[in-house]
Amino acid sequence: MKFRQSPSIGWTLTRQQALLWAWPIVPVIAALLFTAGLLVIFDTSPAVAVQAMYQGAMGEASNRLSVVAFWVPLMLASTGLLVTFRAGLWNIGIEGQIILGAIGASWVALRIDAPAPILIAIELIVAMAAGAIWALFVALLKTRGHVHEIFGGLALNSLAVILTNYLISGPWQPAEGGSFRGTAPFPDKALLPLLSESRFAPLSLLFAMVAFALVVIALRGTFWGLKLKALGKNAYSSFLLGVSSKREIILAMMFCGALAGLGGAVRTLSWFDSLRQSISGGIGFTALLVVMLANYNMWLVPFIALFFSGVLQGGITLQLRTQLHSSLGGILTGVMVLFVLLFSDPRKLGITDTKMVSDHGPPEVRGQPLDPFGRDIPEGD
Amino acid sequence: MDDSELIRFLASIVLAATPLIIAVCGETITERSGVVNLSLDGTMLMAAMLGFIVALETNNVWLGFLAGAGIGAFFALIVAFGNIRLGASMVAVGFVLTLLGDDLSAFLGQNYTRIPGPSIIRGSIPILKDIPILGPIFFDQDIVVYFSFVLVGVTWYFLNRTQPGLHLRSAGERPEAAFARGVHVNHVRYLYTIVGGALVGIAGASYSLNVKIGWAEGATRGLGWIALAIVIFGGWSPIGGAMGALLFAATRSLVTVLQKSYPEVPATVFLALPWILMIAVLVLAGSGSLQRLVTFLPRSVQPAMSRILRVQPPAALGTTFEEN
Amino acid sequence: MRVELQRICKHFGPVKANDGISLLLEEGKIYGLLGENGAGKSTLMKILSGYQPPDSGEILVDGQPVLFDSPATALTSGVGMLYQDPLDMPPFRVIDNYLLGRDNRLPLNYKKAAAELQDLSTRYDFEINVNAFVDTLSMGERQQLELVRQLAGGAEVLILDEPTTGISAEQQKLLFDSMRKLAQEEGKTLILVSHKLDEIQELCTHAFILRQGQLVGESEVPCLNENLVRMMFGQVPAKSERPYFELGEPVLEVENLNAGDYRLKIEDINLSVQAGEVFGLAGLEGSGQRRLIQACAGLIQPNSGRIKLAGEDISGWSYHRRQSAGVAYVAAGRLEEGLVDDLSLTEHLVLAQPEHSFLIDWDGARQEMERRIAHYQIVGRPDSTAGELSGGNQQRLLFALLDSPLKLLLFEHPTRGLDVRSTNYIWDLFYQRREQGTAILFLSADLDEIIERSDRIAVFSGGRMSRIVSANETSVDELGHLIGGQQ
Repeated sequence: MKFRQSPSIGWTLTRQQALLWAWPIVPVIAALLFTAGLLVIFDTSPAVAVQAMYQGAMGEASNRLSVVAFWVPLMLASTGLLVTFRAGLWNIGIEGQIILGAIGASWVALRIDAPAPILIAIELIVAMAAGAIWALFVALLKTRGHVHEIFGGLALNSLAVILTNYLISGPWQPAEGGSFRGTAPFPDKALLPLLSESRFAPLSLLFAMVAFALVVIALRGTFWGLKLKALGKNAYSSFLLGVSSKREIILAMMFCGALAGLGGAVRTLSWFDSLRQSISGGIGFTALLVVMLANYNMWLVPFIALFFSGVLQGGITLQLRTQLHSSLGGILTGVMVLFVLLFSDPRKLGITDTKMVSDHGPPEVRGQPLDPFGRDIPEGD
Repeated sequence: MDDSELIRFLASIVLAATPLIIAVCGETITERSGVVNLSLDGTMLMAAMLGFIVALETNNVWLGFLAGAGIGAFFALIVAFGNIRLGASMVAVGFVLTLLGDDLSAFLGQNYTRIPGPSIIRGSIPILKDIPILGPIFFDQDIVVYFSFVLVGVTWYFLNRTQPGLHLRSAGERPEAAFARGVHVNHVRYLYTIVGGALVGIAGASYSLNVKIGWAEGATRGLGWIALAIVIFGGWSPIGGAMGALLFAATRSLVTVLQKSYPEVPATVFLALPWILMIAVLVLAGSGSLQRLVTFLPRSVQPAMSRILRVQPPAALGTTFEEN
Repeated sequence: MRVELQRICKHFGPVKANDGISLLLEEGKIYGLLGENGAGKSTLMKILSGYQPPDSGEILVDGQPVLFDSPATALTSGVGMLYQDPLDMPPFRVIDNYLLGRDNRLPLNYKKAAAELQDLSTRYDFEINVNAFVDTLSMGERQQLELVRQLAGGAEVLILDEPTTGISAEQQKLLFDSMRKLAQEEGKTLILVSHKLDEIQELCTHAFILRQGQLVGESEVPCLNENLVRMMFGQVPAKSERPYFELGEPVLEVENLNAGDYRLKIEDINLSVQAGEVFGLAGLEGSGQRRLIQACAGLIQPNSGRIKLAGEDISGWSYHRRQSAGVAYVAAGRLEEGLVDDLSLTEHLVLAQPEHSFLIDWDGARQEMERRIAHYQIVGRPDSTAGELSGGNQQRLLFALLDSPLKLLLFEHPTRGLDVRSTNYIWDLFYQRREQGTAILFLSADLDEIIERSDRIAVFSGGRMSRIVSANETSVDELGHLIGGQQ
C-alpha cells in the first residue's frame, strides 16, 4: 500500500489507492444492496427485513444457539471440502455424503442397543464410515469410470435422497404410520446431549473444532497435504514427482466424506431426533459456497460459515414475520459469492494505481481444458 | 397396453423430451465454442418461472418464451463475461448461478404457484401425420415440439456446413489457430454462449408452458444437470444429443409405466433408474467401449463410424483465451 | 512485392527479443534467417506474419506502411507463415480446415474449394485427400496443406519456420522443389527460418543472421559455413572434450520390445545401456524415441518383449515402483510435465524425496533447498515458485530434484531452448552423474549434441530403431541418412 507524499499536509490518498485498499468489501456491499433491491420490489422495507433477520439470528438465546447448531455441521462439511478443493476436486456430492452419514447414524440408533456413551460412539463411527463410502463411490467413478466428480456427485446426491425417502416411508417409518416427514424417533439415549431447551449439542462443537484443527495440520504440515496441493495444481507433474493421483483422490474424497457424514450424524442426533426428509438442509451446497467465498483460505472458513449460519437462520424468522420466502437467505449468500467471484480483482475492471504497461504479447490460451471424462488422471500407476 | 395407447405413450415421450432437446442443442453450441455453462439447472428454473409469469400476466405465451430466452441469455452472459473479461472460473460461476437460480426462482415465483396458465395450441402437420406409426408420434404435437425437430437439424447444419459454424468449432478446438485465421475467438464465445443460453431459457419456458403447465417451486430441478450429461453422452453433436434426450425421457416415462405394472417393487427402484442410467451412460461414453465396438464393423465403414462414435470433448473446452 | 522491416523492436519484460531490426526482402528470392535459440528469429517472424504486434518500428509493403492485427489480415496483404507446428485444426476434415476463414458466405462451397485444393496441390506435386481428417495426416502433409492454403489466400511472401523438423526425406524434397518453383517461377518471396546450415546453403540466396535480438550480419549464400557460424555465435564455440570413462555392467536392457498404440508403435527394439554410459536417441519427432523412453520409465506398458534393470525383469513394474528402484525420468515439457507452476522450490524438494515423514520439517527442507540452489547454481530462492524461474534454471531445478545415486536416468530434450552456457552446465551435471555409475539414456533433436555428448547412438525412424553406432565413428551425415530411413 503506497501513499503519495504531499509536501504540505503529509500524506494523501488518491481515490484509486483508497478504492484498491477497501476493495474486498465492495462485492459484499454490492450483494447487500442487490438483496435490498429485491426486498423493495416485494414491498418490504429492507430495514424491517434486516431487523427480522437479526432477531432471528441473535435475538434470543435459543436463536443464537440455533445458529451455532447449524454452524457445526456446516463447519464439518466446509473443512472437509477444504481438503477436496485442495486436491482440485469439485465435490458436489457432499450433500449425499452428509445424508449417508445421517442414515448410518440412524441405523445404529434404531437397530443397535448399547449403553448411551458407547451407542453414541458407534453412531458417529458408522456415520463417518457411511459418508466415506458414499464419497468413495464418487472417487471410484472418477478414477475407474472416467466420470467427472460433478456428475458422479449429483447422481449420488439424488440416490441418497431417494434412499432416505424410502427408509422414512418404509422400513423405518414411525409406529403410527408413515408420515413422510421422518422416521420413528430415536430412543433418548441415542441422541446427543442437548444444551437446556435448545437443539444444540455442545459435544458437537468439539467435533467441529477438532476437525478444523486436523485439517489445518493436514494441509499445511503433512506430506499428504502437500501431495494434494501438487495434485490440484498439476496432476501430471505431480504424478511424475511421485504422487499417485488415483490414491490421493480416493483418500481426499473419503476424508471429506467422513467429515460430512459426521455432520449428518450431528444433524440427525441433535437438531432432529430422527431421520428426516430434508436432513441435510442444503448444508452441503452451502458449504461449497462458504469455501468459495473464502477463496479456499482455511482461516476465513469458520467466520464465513458463522455468518452464513446467521443469515440462513435469520431467513427462517424472516419468512415467519414477513411472509417472504425463506430462500431470501440463500439469495443473499449466493449473490455474495457470485459478486466476490466476479469482482474480486479490481484490475480487471480497470481500477489500478499504476499505469499499466500492457505486455502486448501473442494471444495465449490459459487454463487446463475441462475433461468431463477425468482423463487428466495419469495412467500407468 | 394396446396399439393406440402405445402410440400415445410414445408421443408423450417426444413431448417430454422437447425441453431437453432444446436445452441440449443450446449447451452443445456453447460448449463447442469452448465455454462450459454449468448454470443450466438454475437457468431452466428461472426461465420456467419467469416464462410462466410473463405469459400469465400478458396472456401471451410467446412473450413468456421471450422472457425465458432473455433470462437464459442473461445467465449465460454472466458466465461468459465472468470468464473472458473478469478471469473467474467458469465452473465456479456456473455452479453459484445454479444455486442462485433455484433460490431466486422460488423467491420470485412465490405468489404464482399452483395457478393454471395459458398453454400452446396443438396442431398436427398435414400429410406427415398420416405416416403409419411415426406420424402420430412425431407429427401430431404442437409447435414447440416441431421447433425442437427443426432446431436439431438447423444446429447440425450450422455447425458442420457453414462458415460461421467453422468459426464456432475452431474457437473451441484450437483458439490460437482460430485467431490466426481471423476468427475473433472471444466474440464468438460470447455470441454462442448467449445464443446457447437463450435456447436453454426457451427450454425452461417450454416446460412450464407446454409440458407441465404452471409453476411450482423446483419444477424443472435436475433437468439442467441431465442436459449437461446428455451433451457429453451425445458426443457434442446435436443429433447424438437429441437421441440421448429421447432416451432419458423414455426412461422417465417408462418408470411410471413399470410402476403400475409392478406395484410390488418399491418406488425407490424406479426413481433411481434415471440417475443410474446417467452414470452408466457417462461411464460408457468415457470408457472408449464404443470405439472398440467399431472394430467389429466392416472395414469400409470403420473410419466414418469411428468418427461418429468418438466422444471427444472440444479440445479447448474450459480454457480462457487471452487476446493481448 | 517488396517487404521492408524498419527498426522493429519487441521486448518481453526486461528481455529485448528484437532490438531495432531492419530488413529488406525482394521478390523472387529465398532468404535464410539464422540464429541460435533465443536469438529472436521466431519473434521477428511472428511480428511480420501478424501474430503479434511490434512495440515500435514499421512494416512496409511495396513502400506503404501496414499494420497487421492478426495473421489473417497479414495474409490479405500477402504475407503468410508456416509455423513449425502448423496452426491447423486437427479434428476437422482437410476441406473444412481449408475453408476456415476463407470467405464470408454462409454456406460452405465444397465443390469450389475441392477444385482449388486439387489444382494447387498438383501444381506442386502434393497429394492431398480433401476428405481426410487433419489429425490422420503426417507432419509433411499438414505442411503441404498449410502451404497450399496460404497460397490460395494470396500469399506473396511466405515464411517457413523450421519446416524440416519432423518430415521425411521425400517430403523434404517436395517441399524444397516447391519452394524453388515459388521463388523462381512465380516471383514469390520466401524466408526460411532454420538453424540447419546445410539447408540454408542449399536453398537460399541470401542469409540474415540474428544474435541476441539484433541483426548482426548478412551474407550471400552459398558461402563458408564458418562465416555464418561466427556471426551466429560470435566465435566458433570450442567443443568441450569428452573425458574417457570406463563403462560398467549393463544397467538397462531392452529385449525385443514392442510398445505403443494405433497412433505410434515401436517394434523390435533391442538395446542395452551400461553403467556410466551416455546413450543418445536421434530421430524426427514422432519416430518413436519418446515412446521408448516412456516405456523404460513405466509410463506405457510393453505389448511384448522385456525391459531389465540391472538384470531384473521390470517389464510389469509401474512408474512409481521403478522410481523407488532408482530410475528417474525427466520429460520434455518442464512446466507441464515435471514442475508445478505455483509450488515453491522447497515444496518441490519435499515432494521429490524418496523418504518422508508424516509431518514436514519445513525449516530443514528450506535449508536443504538452499544447499542445492548453491550447488546447482540456480537463480532463485527456496520460496520462489517454479514458474518464476527461467528455462535454464528450471532445468537445473529438475536436476537438483533427482535422487542420488541413480541407476538409470531417462531424459527428453535436456537442453531444448537453452543457451550455450546453460547447455554446457547441464552436460557437466550429466557427466557428474555418470561418474557415480548412472546409465543415461536421452533423446534430442540436435544431432550435433547427440554426436558430441553420447558414447553410442541409435536412430529412430518410423517406429523402428537403426543399428547402434558409436559416436566417435559416425558423422552428422550418416545420422541424417539413418533418420531418413536408409540403413
